[in-house]
Amino acid sequence: MATPINLPPRGEVEIGERRRSRFREGGTTAGKHAPLPKSALADFDLPSRGRLAAPCPDGIAPMTAVAATMSHAPRRAGIVARFLRSRFVAVTVIVAAILVIWYIAAALLNAPWQRHTFANANVTPTTVEFIEATWSQDRPVLPAPHQVGEELYKSVFLLAPTSKRSLVYHGWVTLSSTLLGFVLGTILGICLATAIVHVPSLDKSLMPWVVASQTIPILAIAPMVIVVLASIGLTGLLPKAIISTYLSFFPVTVGMVKGLRSPDPIDLDLMRTFSATPAQTFWKLRWPSSVPFLFVSMRVAIAASLVGAIVGELPTGAVAGLGARLLTGSYYGQTVQIWSALVMAAVLAAVLVGIVGVANRIVLRLMGMRPA
Amino acid sequence: MDAMTGPAPKPAASATETPAETVTSAPEAAKPTATAPTATAPEPAKPAAAGPPVIAINNLSLTFQTRDGPVEALSNINLSVNRGEFVSLIGPSGCGKTTLLRLIADLQKPTVGGMTVNGVTPEEARLKRAYGYVFQAAALYPWRTIARNVALPLEVMGLPRAERDKRVADNLALVNLTGFERKYPWQLSGGMQQRVSIARALAVEPELLLMDEPFGALDEIVRDHLNEQLLRLWAKTNKTVIFVTHSIPEAAFLSTRIVVMSPRPGKVSDVITSDLPRERTLDIRETAAFLRIAHRVREGLRAGHSYDD
Repeated sequence: MATPINLPPRGEVEIGERRRSRFREGGTTAGKHAPLPKSALADFDLPSRGRLAAPCPDGIAPMTAVAATMSHAPRRAGIVARFLRSRFVAVTVIVAAILVIWYIAAALLNAPWQRHTFANANVTPTTVEFIEATWSQDRPVLPAPHQVGEELYKSVFLLAPTSKRSLVYHGWVTLSSTLLGFVLGTILGICLATAIVHVPSLDKSLMPWVVASQTIPILAIAPMVIVVLASIGLTGLLPKAIISTYLSFFPVTVGMVKGLRSPDPIDLDLMRTFSATPAQTFWKLRWPSSVPFLFVSMRVAIAASLVGAIVGELPTGAVAGLGARLLTGSYYGQTVQIWSALVMAAVLAAVLVGIVGVANRIVLRLMGMRPA
Repeated sequence: MDAMTGPAPKPAASATETPAETVTSAPEAAKPTATAPTATAPEPAKPAAAGPPVIAINNLSLTFQTRDGPVEALSNINLSVNRGEFVSLIGPSGCGKTTLLRLIADLQKPTVGGMTVNGVTPEEARLKRAYGYVFQAAALYPWRTIARNVALPLEVMGLPRAERDKRVADNLALVNLTGFERKYPWQLSGGMQQRVSIARALAVEPELLLMDEPFGALDEIVRDHLNEQLLRLWAKTNKTVIFVTHSIPEAAFLSTRIVVMSPRPGKVSDVITSDLPRERTLDIRETAAFLRIAHRVREGLRAGHSYDD
C-alpha cells in the first residue's frame, strides 16, 4: 500500500476546527437558548465571551489583546500599556467602583438617622466626622463594606465552626442541602431529558409541565413543600433539599434535552448501520455528546440549588443555615449580619460554580477534547 | 456474513446473472451494448458473477411527502449488482443517488417496489450487519481515540476484547494508519479521518461496502491518492462496492460498472460497463479507453438533462 498521506496543516486545522467548534458552541448554546432565569445566565453563562471581551475594552482586535496578556507575547506594546489592558486591572477597576458606590450609598442612606442622633446629643460634627459616623453605626440601613468584612472575619475565623453564630456552621448547613438538592435535581433532570428524548409524546405532554413548574414563585411553593413533607414525617435536610431540587432540575432537563439531541444525523445513521440498540446508541453516542451541555446546565443548576436551599430555610423558622441567619438578622434589625450572610452565600455560589467549571475542564480533557 | 479473505471467486464462464426473482432490469439490458464499442477485448473488468446478485433492486420508487405536495425522489429503479463488482452511482445533485444508497442501507424505506441485499430485505441485511457504510463526512466520534472509533461497531456487535483489538489493528494497517491508534480525530487530517472511517466500515467485515461520496470534501490531490488506495483495498479484500460520486473521472477510474442517474424524478439513465482492467493506476486516466468511458458518462448525464439547470 502507499505511504500515509500528509495533508498540509491547513486542511487539518479546518476539519478539526469544525468538529471542535460544533462541540464547544454546542455547550454554550445550551445555556444561551434555554429559558433560564436571567440573573443566572448573566452571571454564569458564556465564560468564553467574557474572557474575550475583558482584555479588549477599547475595540482592539481580540487576538492582539489576548496575545498582549500572554507572558510569551512579543513586546509590541509597552509594559504600562499591557498592564492597563490586563484582566487584573479590569477586575480591580470594577471592584473599586463597586466599593466607592457602596460607601457613597451607605453614607447617604444612613445619614438621616445619624443626623437625628447627633441632633439628640446636641453635637455638631464636622463633615468628616459625620461621614465616618454613618459608616460605623450599629444597625445601619446599609452597612459599609468594612463593617460587613469585619463581621465576616469574626463569624468565619474567630468563632469555632460548631458555634451557632459561626457562618461556617450556617454555611455548611446550607451547603449540605444545596449539594443534596443539586445531586437529586441533576439526576431528575437527566432522567426527564432521557425520557423526553426517547418518547416523542413526552416532548409535548411533559415539557409544558416542566416549564410551568418554573413559573411558580419558589417563595410561594416552599412553605407548602415544607408543611406537606412535615405532615408525613419528613423534616430536616430533605425538605430543604427538595426545594433545591425543584429549582435545579429545570436547567438540567432543558440542557440535557438539547444535549442528547445534539448528535448529527450522520452520527445517528452510523449507529443505525451498525444496527445498534437504543441503549447502545444512548451510551455510546447521545450520552457522550451531551456532556458539555450537562456541565453548562450544572453550572446554572448549582447556583439555583443554593438559592433553593436558602429560600427553603426561610419559611421553616429554621434555626440553622444562611437563610435562617438572614431571617434572624431581619427580626432583630441586624443588617450587618444579613449582609455578611449574603456575602457568604455569594462566595459559596462562586466557589460551587467554579468547582463545576474545573470539573468540566477535567472531564472534557479526559474525553480527549481538543484543548481550547 | 463471512469475511472474504480468500482469492476472488472464479468467474463462472460468461454468465450474466442467475435469474433470481424477476430481475429484468435496465442494467442487464444495457450491458451488452455498453461494451459493444470494445467488444473485441475479453471483458477484463467483467465482475466475478458467481451466485445470486448481492443487490437486486426491482421497480423501486420513493416519494417524499413535502408541504408542496409529493416529490418523486426515485422512479422505477432496476439494478442488480454482483459479488465483487465496483459500481458507481453518478449524477447531479438531487438525482437520488445518495437516497438510493440509503435505501440499500435501510436508512430509508422505499414507497413502492423492493430490493434484496444478499437475498434478504435491506432491514434484515442491516440487522445482520451485511454492509459497511462510509459517509460523506468521516463521522468519527470526537471523544474516542482512532482505535476506539474503529472498535465502535465491534463493541456494538459485542465482540470479545481480543477479537476487537485484532480487527482494529488489521484494519488500521489496511488503510496505512498503524501508529495513530491513540490519537484523537482532531489530530488527523481530513484524508486520514476518512481513511479511519473506511477502516471502521471494514472492521465489521462485511462483503458489501456502501460509500457515499467519501472523498467529496477532500482536495483533488488527496482524492486521487485515496482513489488509488481504495482500488488496492478493493482488490485485496474482494468486497462488493457501491460508490456514490458526482465526479466523472472518479467514477470512471474506480468502477467496473457506472450507473448514470438523472434527476426529477431520479432514475437510471444509463449503465456503462467498464472495459478497463481491474488493476489500475492513475496513469490509466490518460488512455483512450478511459476517456471513452468518461465521455460516455458525460453523454449519459447530458441525455438526462443534468446540465440544464
